[in-house]
Amino acid sequence: MAEEKKLFKVKIDNISVEVEPGTTILNAARQIGGDIVPPAMCYYSKLKGSGGKCRTCLVKVSKGSDADPRPMPKLVASCRTTVMDGMEVANITSPEVLEARKGVVEFLLLNHPLDCPVCDQAGECHLQDLSYEHGADSTRYEFKRRTFDRVDIGDKIQLHMTRCILCYRCVFTADQLTEKREHGVLGRGEAAEIGTYIQQSLDNNFIGNVIDVCPVGALTDKTFRFKNRVWFLKPVDAHRECSDPKCCGKVALWMRGDEVFRVTARKDKYGEVEEWICDTCRFDKKEVKDWVIEGPRKVERQSVISQGHYVGVHKPKDTLVEVLDGRQPKLLLDIHNISEVNKPTVDLSKINGPAHSDDFNKK
Amino acid sequence: MGRKLLFDKAHIEGIRYYDVYRANGGYGSAEKALKSMSPEQVLDEVKKSGLRGRGGAGFPTGMKWSFIAKPEGVPRYLVCNADESEPGTFKDRYLMEFIPHLLIEGLLISSYTLGCNSCYIYIRGEYAWIPDILEEAIADAKKNGWLGKNIQGTGFDLEIYVQRGAGAYICGEETALIESLEGKRGNPRIKPPFPAVKGLWDCPTVVNNVETLATVVPILRIGGEEYAKYGTGKSTGTKLISACGNINKPGVYEIEMNISVEEFIYSDEYCGGIPNGKRLKACIPGGSSVPILPANLLLKTAKGEPRMMTYESLSDGGFATGTMLGSGGFIVLDEDQCIVKNTLTFARFYHHESCGQCSPCREGTGWMKRVLLNIENGKGKMSDIDLLWDIQRKIEGNTICPLGDAAAWPVAAAIRHFRDEFEWHVLHPEEATKRNYGLAHYADPLEIAAPAAV
Repeated sequence: MAEEKKLFKVKIDNISVEVEPGTTILNAARQIGGDIVPPAMCYYSKLKGSGGKCRTCLVKVSKGSDADPRPMPKLVASCRTTVMDGMEVANITSPEVLEARKGVVEFLLLNHPLDCPVCDQAGECHLQDLSYEHGADSTRYEFKRRTFDRVDIGDKIQLHMTRCILCYRCVFTADQLTEKREHGVLGRGEAAEIGTYIQQSLDNNFIGNVIDVCPVGALTDKTFRFKNRVWFLKPVDAHRECSDPKCCGKVALWMRGDEVFRVTARKDKYGEVEEWICDTCRFDKKEVKDWVIEGPRKVERQSVISQGHYVGVHKPKDTLVEVLDGRQPKLLLDIHNISEVNKPTVDLSKINGPAHSDDFNKK
Repeated sequence: MGRKLLFDKAHIEGIRYYDVYRANGGYGSAEKALKSMSPEQVLDEVKKSGLRGRGGAGFPTGMKWSFIAKPEGVPRYLVCNADESEPGTFKDRYLMEFIPHLLIEGLLISSYTLGCNSCYIYIRGEYAWIPDILEEAIADAKKNGWLGKNIQGTGFDLEIYVQRGAGAYICGEETALIESLEGKRGNPRIKPPFPAVKGLWDCPTVVNNVETLATVVPILRIGGEEYAKYGTGKSTGTKLISACGNINKPGVYEIEMNISVEEFIYSDEYCGGIPNGKRLKACIPGGSSVPILPANLLLKTAKGEPRMMTYESLSDGGFATGTMLGSGGFIVLDEDQCIVKNTLTFARFYHHESCGQCSPCREGTGWMKRVLLNIENGKGKMSDIDLLWDIQRKIEGNTICPLGDAAAWPVAAAIRHFRDEFEWHVLHPEEATKRNYGLAHYADPLEIAAPAAV
């Protein structure tokens, strides 16, 4: 009979969970799920040694363990701190944590431009989400920002260092996934930058994965740049028999109609790649016929990608009549008399992509 | 005259050389340890001595040594941290330069105690001439049977290697030092695991400061209990203090930790008072990273007692009324010194030396520096002082390694104790600009870098 594994009891924001020894606080929180999961910009469960750098996942350990109940004197990085039996952790219930996280967001945004309207990562950017949840509505920084020239590292990837938050994920990916060290960090402190050491190209059949792991828009897919916004595309799961044994061949196709705009690895709900894919699948297989379509990809309800594709939405109660004491509003202009715009028969949510003038002919 | 244990033979001509050192009792402690004591007995003596690490943190050395993991078949390493780069701290340099064999003897005893057969001295790159002195001393020690195989017929083997750093302050942090020693970028590691479990090449490692390791020699010579009679309270023994700033006699002093700060600054035996009869304004007693204290708090503790040169007395009352002994880099400021300028100087240093791994330190140190630069140059706003306070608060305690704290504390203490001076700069911009300290035209590297296309 197999020996029963002793599990550690941990309490995160007053919610208990039992996890295996060696589990980090972050992963214990992920087992609970929901709002109490600390954000992570640099930690990536598939990459060994990642985490601890961005400091967004700081939490307060209010009780070390049953054996030693003393609280930890400082906030700790939940992605790199392993749980102890009886540990109690405060995340969103700790004002100190939320304040520290707000500070980290402010620091990260000092040298990360808010160019979301022209950034290819918009809608999929972890920093965007983090700023929305923990940031302030204005910056107190009044000095010049750090800027860099864009660099083509290889024929399919562009590095926009200005947006980089130095999470090191791409460095770990290249180190651990490709067969040779491709790039690293040059310089130190504020002058640190991701570099290939004198603009070499990243040349490896798995290097495209650095695009998927980048939490912001610093590494972008040149075959997709500026071609579309992700929320206008429909993600579908697809697979193919890939000749590279390291490639799983399972991808998400981002389509509009029958056109494949981009191919990415499939990501879990924490934005982490489930299985790595090769560059051939990612960059070269852009025809529907190359793939076996499995069906629509499940998208988180709150994700911006689900915009315009809501199903089962309940219409809000019309309060206008109530406000007007039962009187109907006076109709000043019936738009349908002069235009086909918003024609009641046209279901906007069923239009493939954003509506444009072709869908609404003027009378 | 204060009693001395490290510099007691420093006046002897030629003590740097093996023959003179040996003739004056050198390697006696090592002989005693290797030939008549077990490693456990040596460890016991170090514990009894109450020796606290002399690098800055002041952690009990005996306890640190007892944490080292001892897995079967895995080598253990001792690393001597000679990456002395804290502004204001230059004590280890004297020890290594003038009495190198004291360090080598200390390394030998410590390695024996810890069960290490390889020991590394990681030395600051800017101490360009000292590695040669150390290597010469190591060669002499080896020639005389104190290093190498089967030392003095005891069956113990030890090799000491000298490794020069490339001039990065962060490499003085023990895990960054280990990374650098392994040939990698000097980035601090995230702890745990601590080096005592997983250090150099993933093996159990102890990292100690030069002075700490050298102090093991007199401890064994006179015994742990006798050593503990030096000093006072939890600050036993003697401590090297590198004194600089506005004092008549800058230099490295060995003090017994039972003298008052007042005595250290004003007595002729030590700093010899402040030049030109100027008044004392403030002091940074433990190297640039520790909080500055104004004169009124420097000479008396929060309890109204005389402030002593000890770990406990200097930290009395916490950061509101106290500071830290740190590495012993004692910087004295007279009444003419500008606290804002002084704080800016340190802020520039920590900004320059941040490794850039974690965001609060990477971004926050530069932000503090720029705000301070504006205030110093008469371009500051009153709200900038509160902004500075807020930035340092968001850096402190939130970074991977203590460099973030080291950058934040001087700013916090300067605002806490000298806020009126910051306000003066804001209210009198023209006068602030006229005081030409050479910083008015200091160019920010970001300002001069040609902006690239966004």
